[in-house]
Amino acid sequence: MTATDTALQAAPAHKARGYWATVGRRIVRDKVSMACALVLLAILLAAIFAPYLHLADPYQGSMVRRLRHIGTPGYPLGTDELGRDMLSRLIYGGRLSLLIGILPVILAFGIGTSLGLVAGYAGGWANTAIMRTVDVFYAFPSVLLAIAISGVLGAGVVNSIVSLTVVFVPQITRVAESVTTGVRNLDFVDAARASGAGALTIMRVHMLGNVLGPIFVYATGLISVSMILAAGLSFLGLGTKPPEPEWGLMLNTLRTAIYVNPWVAAMPGVMIFAVSICFNLLSDGLRSAMDIRN
Amino acid sequence: MLAYIARRIVYVIPIVISVALVCFLLVHITPGDPLVAILPADASQELAAQLRAAYGFDRPLPVQFGLWLWKAVHLDLGNSIATGRPVFTEVMTAVKNTFILACAASAIGFTLGVFFGLVAGYFRDTWLDKLATSIAVAGVSVPHYWLGMVLVIIFSVTLGWLPAVGAGPGGSSDWHWDWAHIQFLILPAVTMSVIPMGIVTRTIRALTGDILSQDFVEALRSKGLRETRVFRHVVKNAAPTAIAVMGLQLGYLLGGSILIETVFSWPGTGFLLNSAIFQRDLPLLQGTILVLALFFVFLNLVVDIAQASIDPRIKRA
Repeated sequence: MTATDTALQAAPAHKARGYWATVGRRIVRDKVSMACALVLLAILLAAIFAPYLHLADPYQGSMVRRLRHIGTPGYPLGTDELGRDMLSRLIYGGRLSLLIGILPVILAFGIGTSLGLVAGYAGGWANTAIMRTVDVFYAFPSVLLAIAISGVLGAGVVNSIVSLTVVFVPQITRVAESVTTGVRNLDFVDAARASGAGALTIMRVHMLGNVLGPIFVYATGLISVSMILAAGLSFLGLGTKPPEPEWGLMLNTLRTAIYVNPWVAAMPGVMIFAVSICFNLLSDGLRSAMDIRN
Repeated sequence: MLAYIARRIVYVIPIVISVALVCFLLVHITPGDPLVAILPADASQELAAQLRAAYGFDRPLPVQFGLWLWKAVHLDLGNSIATGRPVFTEVMTAVKNTFILACAASAIGFTLGVFFGLVAGYFRDTWLDKLATSIAVAGVSVPHYWLGMVLVIIFSVTLGWLPAVGAGPGGSSDWHWDWAHIQFLILPAVTMSVIPMGIVTRTIRALTGDILSQDFVEALRSKGLRETRVFRHVVKNAAPTAIAVMGLQLGYLLGGSILIETVFSWPGTGFLLNSAIFQRDLPLLQGTILVLALFFVFLNLVVDIAQASIDPRIKRA
């Protein structure tokens, strides 16, 4: 075997890793991000597989065992104001809470990225039309806008998802537009256009991959805001309706119990806080993992 | 500078009109009759038609919008359906209370935020930085309405130091700057301050870090400038962005106070919105949202002008 052969065989080990593989490796090495991911995964899996966890019925209350303390035998986290098992309701509560917290961001990510990509790539009147409309929604503080829309549409899970999506679309569109404008005039886009690619193909094949990263990071940062706002809408009575278990609504109905059993009343908020802080830290971790220059 | 201000004001006009249009249309995407709140269940067709004409709901939409806008310009936002009182006066009374709360919260949040941010920026990657950053992340992640409940549990229910709800002794809503009233302000203001505290900390930390790593700081230090003088340069460079972020935060607090006002029964705009929504009092809802949104637009304008007046580079852009 000659020296050249050995060099050739060794070559694959030195092969440059792709961008996303590098980002993946960096985030896996980040302890804080991984801890947050594990906590979120645990909450998510518990919520999905709640029916198989042999929990008490989250809807079945009893007037004789209302507001039991944390640590009561049989009720590890106590019972709520209608005597329903808190542990069971907190786990089942994750289903709706995570749905109305995360889905609006996913929807807004899809809609906002498309709008921003079109506005940024097409420029001209399309850009003006899209971005000026976005500016109008920017003129409203986001909490106010979410509450105004939910307020007129009325309470309900679908309505709060709609209102939160409307709140996040303009924000994501703005980020998507500015990132797209940044890459629009780069040589590879000109090259694609010169080789005869149509506008749709250029956007989909050549630009999307280059703009998706920053938009994605921005969107993950919004999940924590969305979780707090979604639960907040339910807390005001504008989201989920009773007797569904949902953290914001549970916090609302337990408000009267703070004089009797304050720590049980505060439990649903701990869940919202935990999910929200984990998403925030995970988003920060992702941001620094994607900043390859450092 | 004057030309810049004039240009910014001209840009704002279409935004103001569109905001008014959105507020106007909000009521018209509402399912159900806008009169449902005052119309008795057994009202005759004639009575319903009469009321509809009295409130102007029988005209074509663009005409309704024109009339509504014309009145709004003259500070007439119609009458509340639930109370019959003018919406404008109701909103203005509430805005005053929200303003007191938002300003107190900003004062706390911005002071702590600037302090933590500077500490974190100057002592990057030390334990001080980690501590300040953790407080900031907690601040932006905490559901503030829950934090409000926890503070009530600790300071009102358990310790009995501060009142849990309201804005004055005996449920009065006349504000005075004395201890009898200020004690009602402390818990809601502290609760409200955590979000701006977190955001300002993060902003100032990033700004300070960026500025300290620039060459001119190195140059200032090699020139033999004392660290306090270098600090003045850092502040000067961070100020325009910091002011913009803080201005926006004040706007978010004014417009987003509803959750905290609900927890503490604070008689501000959020509380007003809440009752407007649940009594389906649409003129009140419309008017409150319009006033709050216009405050936000105005604040953005002031921030832009303030930013341009400290940073000459912005005017030329």
